[in-house]
Amino acid sequence: MQENKAKNHRVIKHPILPAEAPCDVSIFVDGQEIPAKAGEPIAAALLTAGIRIFRQTAKKGYPRGIFCGIGRCTDCVMTVDGQPNVRTCVTPVRAGMKVETQIGLGRWAE
Amino acid sequence: MSMRKVQAIVIGAGPAGLAACIEIAKAGGKAVLIDENAKPGGQLFKQIHKFFGSREHRAGVRGYDIGNQLLQETEDLGVEVFLDSPVYGLFRDPRGIMVSYMQDGRERALLGETVILATGAAENALTFPGSTLPGVMGAGCAQTMINVNRVLPGKKVIMVGSGNVGLIVSYQLMQAGAEVAALIEAAPSIGGYGVHAGKIRRAGVPILVGHTIKRAMGRDQVESVEIIALDEKFQEIPGTEQILSCDTVCIAIGLTPLTELAWLAGCQFTFIPSLGGHIPIHDENMATTVSGLYVAGDIAGAEEASTAMEEGRLAGIAAAEALGLYDEAAAAPLKASVWARMDALRTGPFGQKRHEAKALMLETAKGGTK
Repeated sequence: MQENKAKNHRVIKHPILPAEAPCDVSIFVDGQEIPAKAGEPIAAALLTAGIRIFRQTAKKGYPRGIFCGIGRCTDCVMTVDGQPNVRTCVTPVRAGMKVETQIGLGRWAE
Repeated sequence: MSMRKVQAIVIGAGPAGLAACIEIAKAGGKAVLIDENAKPGGQLFKQIHKFFGSREHRAGVRGYDIGNQLLQETEDLGVEVFLDSPVYGLFRDPRGIMVSYMQDGRERALLGETVILATGAAENALTFPGSTLPGVMGAGCAQTMINVNRVLPGKKVIMVGSGNVGLIVSYQLMQAGAEVAALIEAAPSIGGYGVHAGKIRRAGVPILVGHTIKRAMGRDQVESVEIIALDEKFQEIPGTEQILSCDTVCIAIGLTPLTELAWLAGCQFTFIPSLGGHIPIHDENMATTVSGLYVAGDIAGAEEASTAMEEGRLAGIAAAEALGLYDEAAAAPLKASVWARMDALRTGPFGQKRHEAKALMLETAKGGTK
């Protein structure tokens, strides 16, 4: 239909929506620093950075990512600032957050 | 224990809940609006397309503008709004209906003389080998990502389902810069409006009716899908398999009303597949079988945002009447005008089915099944 307007995964130019605010904070995903926007869902920042695997299942270690996007299915849960099972699709980004790929049911930080 | 009591508690700040609050406030009532999300508006803010219908349904206005108008109106009317506050309990109480919710990590409760449930619906999942791989997601989830959060969930998408959600989200994914490799539909014909289908057809997206997804493949995320043709009895036709490369599969096969709170409250239910499954039985005032408890929007049968707003208005007016804010003579014409607008929305090849389903609901409510 039209040229690919997406740079990386962020939708920069859009035929209807106004110009998008730039990333203003950083978060840390498994120790790696990625740019993010304060207040956006953690999952959006991860997808922007090209990260799609959010956790591994408890028994078989299968990968899981975002599915419903409205906080219902819990497929996107990760360990955030030491707290496991945080729904990343509905939890807003705060500067400096530490997000970890969750293995199984996760573990609370010591 | 003393507990704060209000005239009306509305649960869910989407189009139905906002419209309900507006009507209660206009009648001079005090409504508290509770929502689990950080922002009000429900799913309106991801709807960047222009709405259909007549001028009084704000046809031609984009969904997010309708959302902003509703928010402005609730603010101007002084409706109290609790955000980040998931409701987890609903209890019948001699003093009213008790609503339990979480706020700032603490359990809290309010008593409502009336309660309106406007909790919406969730997308249906589809199960196939590989359906749990990262990259398989609801079409509404993808729509939120591109239009609200401004991030592409993937670059090459297979859309499953040709209802209006599948058609509109396909187009919006392209507007956001993704490629839609194909749209597949198990039924022999396209489910949604021709005008939406035409837009994506003209953009070169193949619409494969009579096809389903057999499996999604990939090591750690989706890399391709296998699709297969179906006969008129929805049976797979061997030898018609095709492999399509993609990184994302969007599922748009319908919605199921979020009815947990209505079950908790002890509402009686009926099963109407065309409205999304189990629906709390409700009458022409949106009143359930539990005294003082109303429903509005997708919880009362999955339709669309314009109808949800009208149902919210109707429930709000009816609740205001029950609270004594309107007498019967004042409420009757208000309700009649909402019904006229709702009837107009439930016309045409798609609306007619919903009209019939809702007529069946009213029959059920009258039929003494209580």
